[in-house]
Amino acid sequence: MNNRRIIFDGARDSLPLIFPSMPFGIVFGAMAKSLGLSDVVTMAFSILVFAGSSQFIAITLLASGAALPVIIVTTFIVNLRHILYAFSLLPYVRSLSHRMRLAMGFLVTDETYATVINRISQAQLGNDFSRYYLGSGILMYSNWVFCTYLGIVAGNQFPQLTDFGLDIAMVVAFVGIVVANLRLPSHWICAAVAAVSGTLTYAWPNQTGLLFSSCMAIAAGVIAENIYSARNNNQTPKAGETS
Amino acid sequence: MNEWWLIAGMVLVTFIPRYLPFALASRIRLPHALEQALNYVPIAVLTVIIVQTSLYADGKLFIAVSNPYIWGATAAFITAVIQPRLFISILMGLLTYAGAKIYLS
Repeated sequence: MNNRRIIFDGARDSLPLIFPSMPFGIVFGAMAKSLGLSDVVTMAFSILVFAGSSQFIAITLLASGAALPVIIVTTFIVNLRHILYAFSLLPYVRSLSHRMRLAMGFLVTDETYATVINRISQAQLGNDFSRYYLGSGILMYSNWVFCTYLGIVAGNQFPQLTDFGLDIAMVVAFVGIVVANLRLPSHWICAAVAAVSGTLTYAWPNQTGLLFSSCMAIAAGVIAENIYSARNNNQTPKAGETS
Repeated sequence: MNEWWLIAGMVLVTFIPRYLPFALASRIRLPHALEQALNYVPIAVLTVIIVQTSLYADGKLFIAVSNPYIWGATAAFITAVIQPRLFISILMGLLTYAGAKIYLS
């Protein structure tokens, strides 16, 4: 199939997800500037680190005078969910070159992961996987860098941008993606546990509630799946006995 | 100068969790139980992000008919259950959110 077409598909399917990230990029740029970071340092954050929530946490902690190791450890904890993402994509990555994996690793985000997982759940991507992934990742990356620049230029003009509720686009897109993945009863149990636990642990510091709830929900899903399959295995021989 | 050290440190702790599993991909074979668990990652993580974004406003729990996020998410959920196209689910979610926001405020 046409290579460019697949890259374009990846970018197109991520479009609904760039809108919620735009105000965050702009606010990050504006906030960094108001905290006294130089333009070069602010751009370097977005170009080199490329991690939305971690960057916010970092400059907030920096402004409050936190020590370097504290900021770095916090960033690490916030980013731990990316390990889960990367591991779950392993079967699709095995045959790719190391250069490609390097680029894909750098571009791991919630948005690109969600886009790619959704495509995988619909159709087998095969060799097109990496191109589709790059299309999504490059769009998210350039959008993030560009919006950071906009924020620096705009200065403090948009302090209230996050109040516009643009993250609703992310919420509804994620809802659609989750529903497409709900195929077994155990998937529904996983989602239910994630919803309840996520609600209860929101106030935990540095997104540890996100990590904890995800692990609980994954465990619940696996246990439920094993119970269901054990029950089915028990039923099959019983049916054989009675006949 | 301090800021550059911070950036360097953050590049490391951001990039390593993202890349390490990919780097080792051809060398490690995951145990079956772990591969089974990883199938649940998208549902688990995305659902937590959904509820934490939509059920809280200004850091406080906000479960009420006047919360437009709940309307938008519910509409997207129902639409996604009855038909498979993501684009239509997003559209219905956004329209319902906008309607709820205008009507309820």
